[in-house]
Amino acid sequence: MPKSKPEHIPSGPPTPGELPDNIVISSRVRLARNLQGHPFPGWAKKPDRLRIVEVVRPIVQETSDMEGGFSETMDNLSAIEKQVLVERHLISREHAAKNVGSAIVINRAGTLAVMINEEDHMRMQAIMPGFHLHQVYQLIDQLDSKLGAKLPFAFSPKLGFLTACPTNVGTGMRASAMIHLPALVLTDHINKIVQAVNKLGLAVRGLYGEGTEALGNLFQISNQTTLGEKESDILDRLVKVIAEIVKHEQNARLTLLEKNPRMVYDHVGRAYGILANAQTITSKETMNLLSMLSLGIDLGLFDELTHAMVDQLFMDTQPAHLQRNHNNQKMAAEDRDGLRADYIRAKLLGIKRPKFAPIPKKTQDDKEESK
Amino acid sequence: MKCDVCKEAEATVHLTQIVSGAMQKIDLCETCAKAKGVSDPTGFSLADLLLGLGQEGSTSSASLVAEMRCPGCGMTQTDFKKSGRLGCSQCYDTFVDGLAPLLKSMHKGEQHIGKTPPGHSENMAFAERLKVLRRDLDHAIKSEHFETAAELRDRIKKLEQESRAKIKT
Ligand SMILES: [Zn+2]
Ligand SMILES: [Zn+2]
Repeated sequence: MPKSKPEHIPSGPPTPGELPDNIVISSRVRLARNLQGHPFPGWAKKPDRLRIVEVVRPIVQETSDMEGGFSETMDNLSAIEKQVLVERHLISREHAAKNVGSAIVINRAGTLAVMINEEDHMRMQAIMPGFHLHQVYQLIDQLDSKLGAKLPFAFSPKLGFLTACPTNVGTGMRASAMIHLPALVLTDHINKIVQAVNKLGLAVRGLYGEGTEALGNLFQISNQTTLGEKESDILDRLVKVIAEIVKHEQNARLTLLEKNPRMVYDHVGRAYGILANAQTITSKETMNLLSMLSLGIDLGLFDELTHAMVDQLFMDTQPAHLQRNHNNQKMAAEDRDGLRADYIRAKLLGIKRPKFAPIPKKTQDDKEESK
Repeated sequence: MKCDVCKEAEATVHLTQIVSGAMQKIDLCETCAKAKGVSDPTGFSLADLLLGLGQEGSTSSASLVAEMRCPGCGMTQTDFKKSGRLGCSQCYDTFVDGLAPLLKSMHKGEQHIGKTPPGHSENMAFAERLKVLRRDLDHAIKSEHFETAAELRDRIKKLEQESRAKIKT
């Protein structure tokens, strides 16, 4: 297990209005591509799928982007290894279920990944931390052009890139950002935001995409439509909406601090208390409590704790990472929960408990207003 | 209100969407909603569902092509209804009548205006030439010009090999 000394980051008193934040966690753009004249993976027979892997995999591997990267067929990966890739958002849960006739190629930095024979012959993605959708698109666009010069993509001038599912036809592009919205959840404003975003033709999903829960107050916002709009216009639209959501989250944080500091401090304090002392803890509870530690960092409540440390904890405590780092063996859920608690306690050993600013006494007016 | 699919259980999931320009309402029970994969009311599931139900009215175009089989991959309209996924890129031509209203209902427009792949013009040239040759072949056979037909068949074979060779390199 890697041991890292907590870095001491000096932090001044929180300056409301200019709170540092870590709201947009990552940006990702995925492109769906198929080869003309070959059945799509879901309809193809095994020899067809093997042929596609045989043709596509070397071409992807040989691009300069993939130098020193990772390439494997899905049947050669263990269940834990596949799940680790899912937890790192490098493959989809659907791809993790694939075996013979599917493959994955990932670059060294983990910023580019090409799933071969997922729902389409190719699902290629670029992913980067932070709010950089246009930059991330450029990354994947370059790889796509290189591959498109060597492989005859299924494309029609009218419908664009032809995909197995009609929801992806056109640009074949799904752009998304993972955003952390604890204050909008705490203030119960999240549902209104989700509804508004849906109305704008964008989708809101949980941590691992379609149909998953919003664990750790993390939400994925992505475009819903792919035909009849240019890639750059889709990205612009998404960026605008996400920037707006970030503003709402920032405002919600300020409002909470101003109107109801005891509630926020309580959440952060309890999260620290449980994580630093628990003897058994599920992955779900861990994610939700780490979300509160992350909020605490943004609010300047911790001296030693950094976002990098919380992110590391978030990743390392997920089931597959936990098992991989512990003898690489499958463990029962109860054993995992114990191991997870031990791991977190050890990591938080050097972290002092949050320092809370004195809470101003409320006037009667304030009390009514905050209700 | 009863579920539109099983007609037995009480409907608890109610969806509305514009399909082929008309408002479509559908009521499902929890079980059928799950079975049909309806989780995202703004997504494509409803349109798919309507096609899949084979109701009268808006889906008449879908039932017209029900017997069709894609020459590229052998998929039928029924297969598509079952999985919601097409079999190959040629399916978009084969099932164009059923697909056009579906695409219209779930996307911003009906014409692609985004990126064009770099190898596209070349591939298109292959595809276009093949299309013309195949049509000529059809004519030749129908009009019993078998010598011309044999010649056309050879040219088609050669062109197909060329385009396949491109993939191999
Ligand atoms: Zn039912
Ligand atoms: Zn087909």
